[in-house]
Amino acid sequence: MARRDTPEINAGSMADIAFLLLIFFLVTTTMDIDAGISRRLPEKQPDTVEPPIIKKRNIFEISINRNDDLLIEDEYRTVDEVKQLAIDFIDNGGGLGNAIALFGEDEGKEGTECTWCEGKKDESSSDHPNKAIISIKTDRSTTYGIYIIVQNEVSAALTFLRNRLAKKEYGQTYTEMVKEDKNNKINPDQSLKDKIKKIKVMYPEIITEQNN
Amino acid sequence: MSKFKKNKKGLPPINTASLPDIVFMLLFFFMVATTMRETSVLVKNDLPNATEIKKLSEKRLTSTIYVGPPISSPEGVTDAGDLIQLNDKIASVKDVRNFIYMAREGVPSEEQGAMTTLIKSDINSTVGTISDIKKELREINALKVTYATRQGSDKK
Repeated sequence: MARRDTPEINAGSMADIAFLLLIFFLVTTTMDIDAGISRRLPEKQPDTVEPPIIKKRNIFEISINRNDDLLIEDEYRTVDEVKQLAIDFIDNGGGLGNAIALFGEDEGKEGTECTWCEGKKDESSSDHPNKAIISIKTDRSTTYGIYIIVQNEVSAALTFLRNRLAKKEYGQTYTEMVKEDKNNKINPDQSLKDKIKKIKVMYPEIITEQNN
Repeated sequence: MSKFKKNKKGLPPINTASLPDIVFMLLFFFMVATTMRETSVLVKNDLPNATEIKKLSEKRLTSTIYVGPPISSPEGVTDAGDLIQLNDKIASVKDVRNFIYMAREGVPSEEQGAMTTLIKSDINSTVGTISDIKKELREINALKVTYATRQGSDKK
């Protein structure tokens, strides 16, 4: 008996099947990665805890009313001014800060002056970046949009200061350092992590919020 | 003469054998690069823009709360207030607690500290609603919060 060749399988419809699957995945999936402004909420305090007494000059007060108007340090301001005002406030360095008890040398010592600040050293503004508190007060009917803009501007002010400090200390901006650290997921670079931590301690992010 | 006639016999059919391969390649790309759409959003959700943003890479450790005005408000009502959406349902602030507890259940305890609540709020919703949610989150010690935004700047 003569051996017959098996007939060739028709693969013409293979493309159709693949297209069908492709379209299914195009429709049911999304590509966007969620991103946003990260904040840490304060821990819940028992009712008996007395609020600490803080000097008024160490508080930078941003109030947003129900018409989305901004009042910063009792003056009417616009959104564009927030960043510069926040930079001036945090970077003022007019007095002694809290003791930094993180990197050995300063441990247990009294508070020191801010040697890395480039501000005006104004007596009526903040003492030290680690004492400078940014307070955001909002009304219940304040729009979320303006609230996010203000939060973003405050973050931008801090990023600016951290970048400037990191550039001076390590010749690399803070943003670049964080990015590099993210890329080093497999072999983390401990010295880089310490540098980032140090910058964060030198310009900490202290924000309080109040909603009426 | 016959030499030229031979060439006019018509074009040979294009070989489409590699077409499935190309399509499969595309298919695999999309399967790898995208994630399944989990919920359909029932509220208006026009996110604000911001520049100082951080990406949330761990989808597993993120629980999303949508906030925004209803897509179609009942007739005659112009300002119906903000709605809160948890999973696929419209819920109230009180349900946020259970929602976070449920989310915690599926996560091993050593990773629970890294869990983030992503608040996806419409640009026109009010801070009052957001602050109610944040109060609830504080009560149950879910302190990491991210306000979802898009990349860009929209200063007025």
